[in-house]
Amino acid sequence: MNPALNVGAAPIATPFFFYMLAGAAILGGLLVITRRNAVHSALALIVTLLSVSGLYLMLYAPFVAGVQIIVYAGGIMVLFLFVIMLVNIERVSKERQFNRIWPVGLVASCSLLALFLAAFTKGKDLFHDRPLTLPEATNTQQVATMLYGEIVKTIQYPNGQYMIGQYTFAFEIASLLLLVAILGAVIMTKKKI
Amino acid sequence: MLREFMSYLGSSVTPGQAGNELWALIYVFVIFAGVAVIVLCMNWIERKALAHFQIRLGPMRVGPHGLLQPFADALKLMLKEDIIPDEADAVVFWVAPVIGLLAAFTVYIVIPFGPSQAVTDMNIGILFMLGVSSLGVLGIVTAGWASNSHYPLIGALRSSAQMVSYEVAMGMAILSAILLTSLHGVGIYGVSGNGDTGTLSMIGIVQAQQEQHVWFLFKFFPLGFIAFAIFAIAMVAETNRAPFDLPEAESELTAGFHTEYSGLRWSLFMLGEYAAMVAVSSIAVTLWLGGWMHPFPNLLNGPAWEFIFSLFPGLTFGALAAIAFLGTARMPSHSFFRIQRAGLAVFAALIGLIALFLLVIAVAGRANDTSIAARFREGIDYIYWFMLKVAVFMYLFIWYRATWPRYRFDQLMKVGWKVMLPISLGVLILTAIVGVLLP
Amino acid sequence: MVPIATMHYLVVAAALFALGVVGVLTRRNVVIILMSIELILNAVNLNLVAFSRMWGNLHGQLFSIFIVVDAAAEAAVGLGILIAFFRNKETINVDEIDLLKW
Repeated sequence: MNPALNVGAAPIATPFFFYMLAGAAILGGLLVITRRNAVHSALALIVTLLSVSGLYLMLYAPFVAGVQIIVYAGGIMVLFLFVIMLVNIERVSKERQFNRIWPVGLVASCSLLALFLAAFTKGKDLFHDRPLTLPEATNTQQVATMLYGEIVKTIQYPNGQYMIGQYTFAFEIASLLLLVAILGAVIMTKKKI
Repeated sequence: MLREFMSYLGSSVTPGQAGNELWALIYVFVIFAGVAVIVLCMNWIERKALAHFQIRLGPMRVGPHGLLQPFADALKLMLKEDIIPDEADAVVFWVAPVIGLLAAFTVYIVIPFGPSQAVTDMNIGILFMLGVSSLGVLGIVTAGWASNSHYPLIGALRSSAQMVSYEVAMGMAILSAILLTSLHGVGIYGVSGNGDTGTLSMIGIVQAQQEQHVWFLFKFFPLGFIAFAIFAIAMVAETNRAPFDLPEAESELTAGFHTEYSGLRWSLFMLGEYAAMVAVSSIAVTLWLGGWMHPFPNLLNGPAWEFIFSLFPGLTFGALAAIAFLGTARMPSHSFFRIQRAGLAVFAALIGLIALFLLVIAVAGRANDTSIAARFREGIDYIYWFMLKVAVFMYLFIWYRATWPRYRFDQLMKVGWKVMLPISLGVLILTAIVGVLLP
Repeated sequence: MVPIATMHYLVVAAALFALGVVGVLTRRNVVIILMSIELILNAVNLNLVAFSRMWGNLHGQLFSIFIVVDAAAEAAVGLGILIAFFRNKETINVDEIDLLKW
């Protein structure tokens, strides 16, 4: 029996891995916002991103986990590290690292967190867990189907033909967005246009 | 525990999928040990092969024909003084080789040595491999920055720029192989339906090659080959090996990003580099060369041919043992060489014993049923053909290093962006068009 | 041990969100502010994927893929702006990036 569909017998290690990954993610987040050295913050953010990717794997979303590792940890963080090395000036590491009004920021975000937790506790009855219907073994194929639509095998298309899916338009717009971002980043950082 | 142990031997899924943690752990340990052995062997083979390419002998003194040289190197690196530069950031300096090592080793989770001989078969096998090998760049960048000296920094920036550039071409070459997994047709140009069986899982890719009776190297003839060529070049650039080894060449930047690393930390980098070489070679073998299948899977597959192909592991080790015995016979019989001769004879005898063991398994398991011997034979055959193809790639790595001069950095980047990327994009588009248009 | 339910993931996501908001509001280094924005986006992604698992369909996962793509574009452009600004005025301190102030 495919373990991915086996809802009743969840493996014993699951709470252990969840608390480990969640703890690593939150610890990484704390280190990101408190380190004086930007490279240390970047490394802590990498730890957070990889832990969140592990949490996605626990949520039976392997495709999103893979995309997270490639794009975020392997692409964006390399970009961040490059830029940190380019703009790293000694003066910054000796200055004050927090704002003058940092208690205001802290209070604001704590109240935001309290608001979230209050919303969760009040609405606890809404979050009932349904039986698992997302088999992990076909996750990629299902994502592809949602992006491009069901394959239609008819007389006209005996080999199968993709129709338009729900997210095809958004996919194309996302590629256009990336093109615009590439152009923007290149033009902004050129010394002479 | 024993039940878990025995349940894997008859299963047809990988331990990860079956939830069999014991065997998954055993595989992880075997992979660690195997990679360590491979790195030791590669060290020796590289020095001897480079030497013979340059018409000299290489290490001959340390053991018989230098066979103990890797052990001596490992011992020396472990005993060397561990120097950390004064202004260097100690935490990041320590963490950087670990990141590179972890990134190189984590890829081994998805590498399929056989249809059920892998740690696990993730649904996103190729995606996982691409992502984790792009984490290796982070190790190099942090190593260069943490050394707090300009040679390592420049070497690290160059090396990471090179790796990131060739990752794009590598990804597109992989994509054109993935496109081929969704076809049902048999033969080099067979298509016959597409779309609903495409898969990113590594075992699925080899099984697609099995069903289509053709290695993806030969599928749609020039296209598969060009995609393989793009990947083969990009993987050499990914692992910073010659001719793309400007960032770590000793005559260029005083050893680039691992200048300030000494002793055990440097050996961690070398371990990571060789592990990455084996990992990307395994990816190339899985995607284009048919993984664990023996050659000509469609033409030569009667029971007689199966038996002949299953004799190959034993015969290979037998040939190696014969070469070693020949070396023993050719050694001078002066008393100075007594110990070396005895050592080489023992080594040859060990290899001969392994050869004998493999031959016994091949003969005992020749029936195609599900007895223990037959399953062992199948497993060993799969692993053997896979490792043979990977060994061919590793030898090619050494051959490239001996033969070609290294690229200058701007030439390297120019090739990566202006030559590899358009060609791989073209191959991807052509593969898609051919896959749709052919009947 | 109570089995891990959707609520646990939502709490983790809320904590990451709050940490990101603290980072954005409090730090003076521009690069760290951008990294805190990435934290916020990750928290939102985790929320979406947790709900996707709860409802049993894939809409949450697809939306989070688009958010990842969007975050990549935004990080690239944001860092480009930072580098372009750094060339003019040699600082990465948001308190000193006040060219519109008189």
